[in-house]
Amino acid sequence: MSGTLPKALSPQSVPDSAGRFGSFGGRFVPETLTRALDELVAEYDKAKADPSFQEELDGLWKTFVGRPSPLYFARRLTESCGGAQIWLKREDLNHTGAHKINNTLGQALLTLRMGKTRVIAETGAGQHGVATATACAHFGLPCVVYMGAEDIRRQKPNVFAMKLLGAEIRAVESGSRTLRDAVNEAMRDWMSSVEDTHYIIGSVIGPHPFPMMVRDFQSVIGREARVQSLEAFDGKLPDCVVACVGGGSNAAGIFAPFVADDTVRLVGVEAGGRSSEPGQHASPLTFGRPGVLHGSYSYVMQDDDGQTCDVHSMSAGLDYPGVGPEHSYWKDTGRAEYIQCRDDEAMKAFDMLAKSEGILPALESSHAIAKGMEVAGKMSPDQNLVICLSGRGDKDAMELARLRGEEW
Amino acid sequence: MSLLDETFAKLRSEGRKALLPFITAGDPDLDFTGDLLKDFGKAGVAACEVGVPYSDPVADGPVIQASYQRALESGFRLQQLFEMRKRIAAKVTIPTLTMASYAIIYRVGLERYIEQSQEAGFCGAIVPDLLVEEAAEFSKLCADRDFNLIQLVTPTTPRERQVRIAESSSGFLYFVSVTGITGERNELPPQLIDNVGWLREQTDVPVCIGFGISQPEHVAKLGPVADGLIVGSAIVRRIAQANAENRGEVRGEIDRYVREMLAAINAVK
Repeated sequence: MSGTLPKALSPQSVPDSAGRFGSFGGRFVPETLTRALDELVAEYDKAKADPSFQEELDGLWKTFVGRPSPLYFARRLTESCGGAQIWLKREDLNHTGAHKINNTLGQALLTLRMGKTRVIAETGAGQHGVATATACAHFGLPCVVYMGAEDIRRQKPNVFAMKLLGAEIRAVESGSRTLRDAVNEAMRDWMSSVEDTHYIIGSVIGPHPFPMMVRDFQSVIGREARVQSLEAFDGKLPDCVVACVGGGSNAAGIFAPFVADDTVRLVGVEAGGRSSEPGQHASPLTFGRPGVLHGSYSYVMQDDDGQTCDVHSMSAGLDYPGVGPEHSYWKDTGRAEYIQCRDDEAMKAFDMLAKSEGILPALESSHAIAKGMEVAGKMSPDQNLVICLSGRGDKDAMELARLRGEEW
Repeated sequence: MSLLDETFAKLRSEGRKALLPFITAGDPDLDFTGDLLKDFGKAGVAACEVGVPYSDPVADGPVIQASYQRALESGFRLQQLFEMRKRIAAKVTIPTLTMASYAIIYRVGLERYIEQSQEAGFCGAIVPDLLVEEAAEFSKLCADRDFNLIQLVTPTTPRERQVRIAESSSGFLYFVSVTGITGERNELPPQLIDNVGWLREQTDVPVCIGFGISQPEHVAKLGPVADGLIVGSAIVRRIAQANAENRGEVRGEIDRYVREMLAAINAVK
């Protein structure tokens, strides 16, 4: 890639100083966390203005993560869809196998700048846990990862990797024993340890400044994709960008640098699960309502009493009843569209990418592949569509074997 | 002036301190919650906090979280809590408050939540995840309707912010004793007394201390500096033992515990 990557963490018009993306976002947390969040805002502001911070992060992204990740032309996939040219932004090729490492390194650097000595995190699919454990190992920070007991079952390879990296895994047995319960537990730990501990939130969720900060760190995906597109498409931007949305960090990362470009269609793909029945999917932007969950105001799957509904996705990373507030803002302003992909469609897309391109995508990313193929099929061959391949599928091999009734 | 305001005004004029128990609504069921409210009134507590079970609490420790889960699993619905409170109105003369996550209040609707609470007999709400920056609208609605909005101050809250929180609160200020979640503790931080003392000099709103308070010794130590003390997990832990057969027994045990704490607080000068 010869183009110049915009250096500064990309300035955006949202959120405002209260962390609001339109009406979404904000801070709905216990008072105990306010000071830590204020400190984080102050330190992040200073870091953004400090060229040495960006330089160090860029250096790590380059030499430790392996950035820039390639923009890969999926020739056989394109041929089988018969529409737009399909390109994959290969975040699966990052160190630790997903986009999550972009953010954890940034936040680990901030942890050091704040003088904090311990890191906690929560994880669903395990990719964020592995990325946090990796960043902590790199900097010598002790790391505790909260993970739902159900997700521990689904994601054994990542659980083992985190242990190898020196992290302590704490199984969360409450509630649905998935990501949302792990977030609750991590928040509780943070409430008691906030003086010396930083909580590395892994998605564009949570109280301000997390949705903004995680988006900024992940925006490296979109900033690279932008430069790479201009090079690969004769000076043109992509016509469409597609990414999966659980909490929505990879999607926010690839969308944000294209938001001001009206010609670029942005498509987020939520987990459609087994069906549109309540409890059978994880699609708050499609079926949810604005409400409060995990510290911010955004679309949430809630009942009439405000209780969070159970959700389902075969992909642990998408199995979450809320979504980042900026996605809610993009949805309501019409800047991005959000569609759903069912488990079985994602599974087919997994096979398709594996067999036609030799790439095993993460189950999360398989949702984006499935709908990206559909969208591309309705476009013309002179158009270009970029799919964010947010992570690799090795971690899902055991779960896939189980779902297919095969011996492991 | 709400019933809670009147209660604190009276206590202050008599130089007495308040004991405020916390219980979870619907744990193990709403009849039991109603019985405890009646018992508390007879025992002489100043006011009672009724926790509205929430699926994703973050400020609460394992004891209260588990009680929320038990209540939700047994089919808790907010409207049923309001109906139960209304049914026992004649038998409960102490002020009662809900402690509810903003997720719940927002879903019900801010105005509607206040209206339904007041109709049911609640005189205010504690909203543990509504920060002063986000509270303007709800705080105004509460003030307009003489409904108390109790906000929290913690050991990490800077002093000028404590004053701002006091300005948008009524009823009392909930001073969180420790940096952390709810739960019983043996030791409470030594600087707590100074911190609460300072805040009481800044505001006319009564200041009550909560989180970690479970023993008569805590009451003797903290009673003199605060307007009241809040006891939650120590009671909820006892409720967790209640089942269909031993209800009377558990009620008796809680009554004894509350009276022991009351004796301690009434001895405070």
